[in-house]
Amino acid sequence: MLCDVCKCNDATVFLTQILEGKMQKVNLCDACSKEKGVQDPTGFALADLLLGIGAAEEIEKGAPSQKCPVCGFTQADFKKTGRLGCSVCYVTFSEGLGSLLKAMHKGTEHVGKLPQRAHREIELGDRMKALTSDLEKAVKEENYETAASLRDQIKRLEHEKAI
Amino acid sequence: MKFDNVMATGGEWLRGEGPHHQIVISSRVRLARNLKQRAFPGWAKKAERTAILELIKPRVEELPEMQDSFSELLQDLSALEKQVLVERHLISREHAAKSVGSAVIMNRRQTLSIMVNEEDHLRMQSIRSGLQLKSAFKLVDKVDSTLEAKLDFAYDSRLGYLTACPTNVGTGMRASAMLHLPGLVLSEMINQVIQAVNKIGLAVRGLYGEGTEAMGNLFQISNQTTLGEKEEEIVVRLSKVIETIIEKEHDARQMLIQKKSNTLWDQIGRAYGVLTFAHAMTSKEALNLLSIIKLGVDLGAFPEDRRLPIDELFIDTQPAHLQKSSQQKLNAEERDHLRAQIIRERLRVFPKPDITKVAKESENGSSPEPQTNE
Repeated sequence: MLCDVCKCNDATVFLTQILEGKMQKVNLCDACSKEKGVQDPTGFALADLLLGIGAAEEIEKGAPSQKCPVCGFTQADFKKTGRLGCSVCYVTFSEGLGSLLKAMHKGTEHVGKLPQRAHREIELGDRMKALTSDLEKAVKEENYETAASLRDQIKRLEHEKAI
Repeated sequence: MKFDNVMATGGEWLRGEGPHHQIVISSRVRLARNLKQRAFPGWAKKAERTAILELIKPRVEELPEMQDSFSELLQDLSALEKQVLVERHLISREHAAKSVGSAVIMNRRQTLSIMVNEEDHLRMQSIRSGLQLKSAFKLVDKVDSTLEAKLDFAYDSRLGYLTACPTNVGTGMRASAMLHLPGLVLSEMINQVIQAVNKIGLAVRGLYGEGTEAMGNLFQISNQTTLGEKEEEIVVRLSKVIETIIEKEHDARQMLIQKKSNTLWDQIGRAYGVLTFAHAMTSKEALNLLSIIKLGVDLGAFPEDRRLPIDELFIDTQPAHLQKSSQQKLNAEERDHLRAQIIRERLRVFPKPDITKVAKESENGSSPEPQTNE
């Protein structure tokens, strides 16, 4: 059996890890296992290793023969480089990436910094939702004066959002 | 600012100040950011990379933090100059390999360095002396907030900042500290520490990051994951772990003084002897021996005012610094001779190690047992 990393030497180190009930196997030769730090069982990062070997297969499972519509990146490219093509690739390959990210990171959702732009979008979205429900209520109650003013506010907000 | 000025000024973090500076050489925090819907640098064609560079570079140069900055396209830097920047940790080894379509911009104090089109469109790094992860994060966070008003960063409400490599997605942040741990190495406890640090999801690497050897008893400790934890939490967690390692290093040094003093003085004496009289020395040997002399300064075997010349030698004896200062390209053999010569000259005014000073200090210090050496 050949090494999964260099694909030229015989594999002598066989790793098995169970992640979310799925068995993942990696076969390495002596040199590659040393390079990846596998010989020190607590010292190596499975994430780094998976990125090179398991990751592409993960993605293949999720989205067979898919190509990113924005940058033209494919699974084969990911297998080669371990990097994605553009930010939209995260959407294109989201199915396969999910379990990969889960294995790699502490959590599955970002809880840190929000860009101001995102703040503003969330704020505008919330305000829009509130105004829309108020408008529906006003129409139901046949309160047309309020409805007209709400409609104008929504228009202004839409304009603001477009900027 | 010209490259010669960069070379001459020697970054602020090299001066060895800041909290815990005896053990923590430097603290660094970097953020990775990308533009929305544009191919990442590794995938973009040359024309797109250049277009992205032209979009980002002026925005970075106009930052208030970048007044009087050093800004250069990678193709305009010589291989040697790039290597000097790598040795100072101002650019990564990956970035040094880049040419057309990439740039580096750094401030005069060399506390802030921004790489354009490394693995991501933007890699912003703040570097401080000693253990100052919080203030390093503050600076780079502020720069990021200024830039995001002018550049449309790729951001997803669930995954956070989107990066070329999935290992950086989320905060896009890597916080790291460079630690000098000769005590833990000499007392053979370093592997235990590395394993413990790995178990809690932090990475330990050698001098120049990923895949590099630990030389000169220098280790980089950094966060491994970037998704599912707040930036501030990562910084606090990492700082706490580093404080614990500092304590362990101090304990190891006390243990060496009390129980293995012969080995310790032998190491310091040999390092002093070889550095003072050798005529050829590889950079690896130099780093390893200088590390022992630095330990000697920490322990009081050499006077405190000898600290700076030793710290400077750590950088000045690196291959690119050596060649840049001698104004010529040298082969490995010539470098080894020049390195030994520079070290000999600087150590000429260095007094012999005085171990009686150490013994006294340990009696006055926390040590419960008096020194019974020899």
